[in-house]
This record gives sequence, structure tokens and C-alpha cells, in this order.
Amino acid sequence: MTNPNGRFGIHGGQYIPETLMNAVIELEEAYDHYKDDPDFNRELTALFNDYAGRPSRLYFAEKMTRDLGGAKIYFKREDLNHTGAHKINNVLGQALLAKKMGKTRLIAETGAGQHGVATATAAALMGMECVVFMGKEDTIRQALNVYRMRLLGAQVIPVTTGTATLKDAVSEAMREWTGRIEDTHYCLGSVMGPHPFPTIVRDFQAVISKEARAQILEKEGRLPDAVLACVGGGSNAIGSFYHFIPDESVRLIGCEAAGRGIDTFETAATIATGRLGIFHGMKSYFCQDEYGQIAPVYSISAGLDYPGVGPEHAHLYDIGRAQYVAVTDDEAVDAFEYLSRTEGIIPAIESAHAVAHAMKIAPDMDRDQILIVTLSGRGDKDCAAIARYRGEDLHE
Amino acid sequence: MSKIHQAFENGKAFIAFITCGYPDLETTMACVREAQKSGADLIELGIPFSDPTAEGPVIQEASLRALQGGVTTDKIFDMVRDLRKDVTIPMVFMTYANVVYSYGAERFISACREIGIDGLILPDIPFEEKEEFLPFCRAHGVDLISMVAPTSRGRISMIAREAEGFLYLVSSLGVTGTRESITTDLSAIVQAVRETTDLPVAIGFGISRPDQAREMASLADGVIVGSAIVRLLAEYGKEAPAHVGAYVRSMKEAIR
Repeated sequence: MTNPNGRFGIHGGQYIPETLMNAVIELEEAYDHYKDDPDFNRELTALFNDYAGRPSRLYFAEKMTRDLGGAKIYFKREDLNHTGAHKINNVLGQALLAKKMGKTRLIAETGAGQHGVATATAAALMGMECVVFMGKEDTIRQALNVYRMRLLGAQVIPVTTGTATLKDAVSEAMREWTGRIEDTHYCLGSVMGPHPFPTIVRDFQAVISKEARAQILEKEGRLPDAVLACVGGGSNAIGSFYHFIPDESVRLIGCEAAGRGIDTFETAATIATGRLGIFHGMKSYFCQDEYGQIAPVYSISAGLDYPGVGPEHAHLYDIGRAQYVAVTDDEAVDAFEYLSRTEGIIPAIESAHAVAHAMKIAPDMDRDQILIVTLSGRGDKDCAAIARYRGEDLHE
Repeated sequence: MSKIHQAFENGKAFIAFITCGYPDLETTMACVREAQKSGADLIELGIPFSDPTAEGPVIQEASLRALQGGVTTDKIFDMVRDLRKDVTIPMVFMTYANVVYSYGAERFISACREIGIDGLILPDIPFEEKEEFLPFCRAHGVDLISMVAPTSRGRISMIAREAEGFLYLVSSLGVTGTRESITTDLSAIVQAVRETTDLPVAIGFGISRPDQAREMASLADGVIVGSAIVRLLAEYGKEAPAHVGAYVRSMKEAIR
């Protein structure tokens, strides 16, 4: 899907300061060397299986299926991974790569805190220093994850610039990397940023669809009719889609965060409301004003609260291979509560966006049709915020 | 060819960066006129961007305030038209790729030509991505300024070979902002540039004091100062132009 210049169709590229160019070139060379290296892959697989708990389960949600009365619903349980989300897949890969490159320090941005926790975890495991940039706003929304990162030995730096959310954390991590490259690897958390990040992160997350495809063939003897995943930058979605892309019968559906609705300014649904632009190292779709100023975006979910989308998603949208739908805060919160009650699974509020869309389309599908929905993370971190959303103030 | 070369014909060049619209466009215009009067050889007009990833805190804050004050690309174009009634030194825009891309690259760059802007500095456009804008710059006689950084090893001659106007040598790792000292071996980088091109080299990032300017100017053809000037705007607001003028005079004096 990617050409040598890191393009996905017209999207992608390397729109970064000259100061960082040799760093991304070195990263690309190192990745090209190690990605097919048997020892590297053996080490990574051991980390995936023994440390992160892979392969993750593909679970048939029988009760929910019966309740909705349509397509069979399977959940790809990335929420059961160590650290509670799909983020660990990418982080173990990148941390191992960084270590091979001789780097001793990892920096990362985080929104909901899941990527920050995963990076802090990998840094602790591999004996590396770790600094995580997190929007001040998000450190309040996700206080528990801030504590987890500190517990794991990472330094958390609250970012107060701009809207003090995920995009500002990315900007600040980029600034930090520009100032300290020699010993530092920027462990980017999604399929975004300059080439080679969108490709590297996708490859490490592609384990999701590699497993899911084999698992559904084993359980059902056929491919699913659709695969659903939530999309912020889009790493769990591209990981969930990747090995199904050649299977044209499988619909790929990315669920963006509509916030209070795509007809309001309080939304983070990039494909629904954004337009083509250049930001954070890549050409893709971005929420922006008529002069190209990046828009402040909003979603109840800190992990989807980003004004752009990864370049490969932009390309899959352009060519019509994937479709992208917008799911509101209200719908996501309803799905969060529904899945908790119906299946005894508390999903991350990010993942609840995909669950919400499954609830919309499943009833109109035939009973022999199959949906795979990726549960990218678990929802413990969200309980206080959802309680507040429902007017209840929790004190721990 | 643009008239940027004129900036390097009065001894070592002093290049002043000003964030447009901070605190308002009237102050920006007064600062540009004071800077010209006080010996500045080239003006970098910063078009503020919401998320300036190559800037330190001073210019980030100025950009944010300017945008909150309602400044837009079109208002800045109008300001330049006014300035060009009497400002004769070369002027370039410094902004981010999305500001140009979103306006329409050809529309933006042809407007530069029409209003009297001589060049364009885009810190998030490295050599590999310059084709995005270069054809339009060539067509309209606007120089796309190339940057060289302390980490550019192995890339310097490739960049210098295709550079236009002048080469912007980034003095240090990191973002814009004043620094106590600059430790990069800049003379080696300047020498590598000189082996490839006759274009002038100006050093920017981290320079604020006359003694630093003198030292940097001894290594190259000019110095670029941004954050130190924007800090005067932060401190004096609408009263800043006289202070900017005095500052520019002291810096130009130091490098002359």
C-alpha cells in the first residue's frame, strides 16, 4: 500500500523540519533492516505472546447478537492485552526497534493515556528512560492513567499550549524530538506523522487482523461481512483492516468521533468534516478553518480527540475501500453502557464508538452475516468520566 | 531571481522576524518601518499558524494571540500592500505548509509576487517535499528558502545545490527561542555549503544579543533574529516599534 516515498495515494509524505530528516531516514533504514530479520521477529513474537498476552481472543457475543436480532457479532478483544489496549502492540515493536538502534530514551504523546501507559510499560521492561507528553486537559480527564505512567517510572509532562489536548501533545513531542535526537526515539502512538511512522505502526498493529482473519475462518469457515473499528489517528482500525483489505467482500468501516454532532463545531470527525491539508508531518484530511488553521476538535473520548486521520485511512477513503461513519458522544455512551450490561464487558469509550455503529447496522443484517468489531481497549479508565456525563460525581 | 540578494549587499545582513498581527497589524507595520529605518536588511513576516511545531514558547504565544485577534492570510496580504508603498528592503513570508496549501499554493504564491513578497520560508517543508510548492515559486519568481540544520550531515550539498535566495542555517537543535550559547560547529556547515553554492548563508535560532550576533555574523553572511524581537512586542505591545528600532540598530551595529 505504500510507495518508497511513504505515500498512500496522494497522502502521507514527510513534512517535517530539516532537523528531523536524518532521524526519520535512519528510522526507515533500521526498520527496513529489522522487519524481516528472524531474530527481531522472534523476540517481538515472544513479547507479544508471553508479555502482552497475545493472540487476543475473538469472542462471539451471543447475547448481544440475540438481543439485536441480526448479524452475528464477534469482538476482537484487544482490551484483554496487557495494559488494556491495542497500543501495546505498536509500542513493543517500536521500543524493540529503538533499542536495536541504540536509543536509550523513549518519548511519546498520549491522549487518553493508553499509549502513554503502554510506552511507559515498554520502557520499564526494556530499561529505557521515558517521557510522555499529555494535554493538560487530558491529564484531568484521565488522572488514573497519569498515575499509572508515573508508577511505571515515566515522567509525564502536561502540555498547556493550544487546546491542551492530543494534537498539542503531538506538537510538543515533535518539538522535544527536534531538540534531542541522538539518544531519543519518538514512539509515535498512531498511524500518523511523517513516513515511516504510518507504515511502521500499521505493520505492528496488523497482528490484529492477521489473527482475526484466521480466527474467524476457524470458527465460521468464512470471512466476515464487515470489520468495524474506531478511528482517531486510526491505528487499531488499520490494524483491524489490514489483512482484510484484499478480501473485497469484507466491508471495512471506520467509526469516527462526531462529538456533539458533525453539524456542530464540537466534533472530531475528520473524514466527515475535514479537508485535505498538511500537518504533523503528513498530507491527509484535517479539521481546519478556511485559512488552514487547525480546528479545535472535541469528543468525549480523549483518544479520538484529534483533528486529523492517518494517511492510509485517507487513501482507503479516497479509493472507496473503506467507509467512515461518525458516531456521537451520546451514541458512544449508550453503547458503553449497553455492552457492560449485555455482555459484561466494559469497553473503552473509544471502542464504544465502533460498538455503537455495530448496534446500528446489525439489526438490519441477516442472521447468517458476520460482523467483527475491534474492542481496542477496556473502559476502566473511563468510568469516572462517563459517570460525570450521566450527572454522577464519583470520588475514589 | 528575486531581490533577496540585495539584503546581502550592505555588509553582513540583519534579518528581522516579526509575527504579523501581534498585538495588531498596525503595530506590525510600524515595527517593519522602524526596522527598515534602523538598518534591517530583510524582513521575515510570520503568518501565524495555530500549531507552529518549529517554534518555541515566545513565538507560539505570539501566533496564538495574533490569531485570537482575528488576523488572517488575506489581512496580512493587505498589510503588505500598504507596507510596499514605502518599504523597499526584501521581505519574505515565514509560515507553515498548511497555511499555503489550504489557501491554494498557486493562489498564495502568485499573490506573494503581486504584493511584493520575495521569498517563502516553510520550516515543515524539507528538501524531499519541496516539489509541493517549488513549481509555483519558480513560475512567480518567489524564492523558496531552504534550511540546513546541525543534523543535516550528508544532505548539505544536496540542499545547497538547489537552494534559492539564501540558505537558512539553523544554529542549534530544537525550536526557535533565545539561547545562552550556541555550541554547534557552524563553520564546518558553512564551509560545506560554500563548496556547493555562492548563495549567502544566514544563521538563525537562538540569537538575541549583539555579541552572539557578531560571532555568528563572523561565520556567515547574516543573522536572523525572531524570538528576541517578538519578546519586545510581548513586553511593550503597541509601544514596541521604537524599542524594535533601537534593538535592530544595536544588532546591525554589532555585525556591520
